Amino acid sequence: MTHYEKQSMKELRAGMGEGLVEAGKRNENVVALSADVKGSVKMDGFAKEFPERFIQCGIAEANMVGIAAGLSLCGKVPFLGGFAEFVTGRVYDQIRQVVAYSNKNVKICGSHAGISLGEDGATHQTMEDIALMKALPNMTVLVPADFNQAKAATLAAAEHVGPVYLRLGRSKMPCFLPEGEKFEIGKAQLLSEGKDVTLFACGHLVWEALQAAEALEKEGISAEVINIHTIKPLDVEAIVASARKTRAVVTCEEHLFNGGLGDSVAQTLALHCPTPMEYVAVDDKFGESGTPDEMLTNYHLRAADIVEKVHAVLKRK
Amino acid sequence: MKTTQELQQIATQVRRDILRMTTNAKSGHPGGSMGTTDWFVAMNFNIMDFEPKNFTMSGEGEDMLFVSQGHITPVIYSTMARRGYFPVDELKTFRKFGTRLQGHPSTAHNLPGIRMASGSLGQGLSVGIGAALGKKMTGDKHLVYTMHGDGELEEGQIWEAAMFAGAKKVDNLIATVDYNNQQIDATVDEVMSLGDLKAKFEAFMWKVVVIDNGNDMQQVLDGMAKAKALTGQGSPVCVLLRTKMGYGVDFMQDTNKYHGAVLSADDLPKALAQLPETLGDF
Repeated sequence: MTHYEKQSMKELRAGMGEGLVEAGKRNENVVALSADVKGSVKMDGFAKEFPERFIQCGIAEANMVGIAAGLSLCGKVPFLGGFAEFVTGRVYDQIRQVVAYSNKNVKICGSHAGISLGEDGATHQTMEDIALMKALPNMTVLVPADFNQAKAATLAAAEHVGPVYLRLGRSKMPCFLPEGEKFEIGKAQLLSEGKDVTLFACGHLVWEALQAAEALEKEGISAEVINIHTIKPLDVEAIVASARKTRAVVTCEEHLFNGGLGDSVAQTLALHCPTPMEYVAVDDKFGESGTPDEMLTNYHLRAADIVEKVHAVLKRK
Repeated sequence: MKTTQELQQIATQVRRDILRMTTNAKSGHPGGSMGTTDWFVAMNFNIMDFEPKNFTMSGEGEDMLFVSQGHITPVIYSTMARRGYFPVDELKTFRKFGTRLQGHPSTAHNLPGIRMASGSLGQGLSVGIGAALGKKMTGDKHLVYTMHGDGELEEGQIWEAAMFAGAKKVDNLIATVDYNNQQIDATVDEVMSLGDLKAKFEAFMWKVVVIDNGNDMQQVLDGMAKAKALTGQGSPVCVLLRTKMGYGVDFMQDTNKYHGAVLSADDLPKALAQLPETLGDF
């Protein structure tokens, strides 16, 4: 298998922040909006570099979504940033009407997504955001895997015309993908080839999937690892091709079972290539307070949990 | 520019259109449409600076209007057609399968003149603020107008937006409230009294113009001209437009009965008899 080195520990939200500054330099129409969390969502760099293009909306996310939609009419490319729960679930109807249905060029950056947010607890740990955003027609849903990819995804979102949801975590996580690699929206990323089972992963769990593949290799099991950084539009072709090859699938994500990557893959397999499949995800419950490490371990989102699911799916092959 | 008398004639025809469109569709919202007809006619023909045949989504170089209470599509579409955005004959397709004239405004069906979907209430002021900020950023001196129902002011997002526009001095924005004191369940006073609405907007750092009779064309023209004169002075401008829901037909006025209910085929001729045809029916 292909081995990946942990280069550093970095926050994905910070990757977005760097990408946004770069996008702002490349395109003077890029503007940013935040709801009193510009530091938390790492938009402070952009605000400092381009103060006239940063709009402080205060603690009013619904209004921020509408303002972003209005700005997009005038040729602006608005990136709005907030905690993922408050820029998706809290404002779902606003996004539905003036971003998705009206098909406006608005980029929604949801930081602090997933259970690895940790200590803030369940009110802030959205694990439903992928389900909400992918349900909307016209919406593109991006879930980058590390800091470097979060930066690249931000640049890709700026160039893409149309609504985008960009999911980002808060905590420092392994950075392992090459710097400066182009992000291709809608294109699954083959990280390691294998023949016995496919691990489809997104976000922070891509690293865990790679660790699982290393452990499986020692057992003589060859796992293919594919990073599904774009949940929508889904790379159906790549998923079907890999499932046909390995005949066993495990999906890995920091999201609820319902409506996440696993459901997108399950739907694809059911329609095109029925294949035994297991989920590594959170089963229909809210999170709680704890360190990011404690959350990932206690909610069974670790490499060891992926290995266990691989053993289970191989028995069904 | 039209004379006041010409505008009044257009308004009468628009009210006929509203009633015929909604009865034809067997659904829709005639009440608020008829109450705001005079305002829409004044805006489309005299107040706003735009040219239908040059419509662009960006609205660059022209005034823009966002109607936040999207349910009043009958008056929106009739005035748009009468102003030349699309053929008047198309009004007969209102709410029919395959139409560009969706039940609520949509950008998904390529209808020129519509820049944003509305219908889910409370969102148009935020959108208008975004467009107004966009115009400031691009150096476009034209104005952004929004229109709201008074019942719609119960939505919290309106007050988020009102706070933003006042605090951030969005002074190229004029928001008009159709202040008819009617909503679906009862009067606004009964459902959720607005109290001193003028004082509320002033407390949010807006300038406020009150039009006592929004069904008097001259008062609408004068009031909107006054509102325009108040722009560019560091504050957003609010117009409180006192209207009567269902104005123009005696048995439809002063009630919320026709908010979302249409005239039967039997009642339609009785209503149309009070609104003589001026420009020709669709």
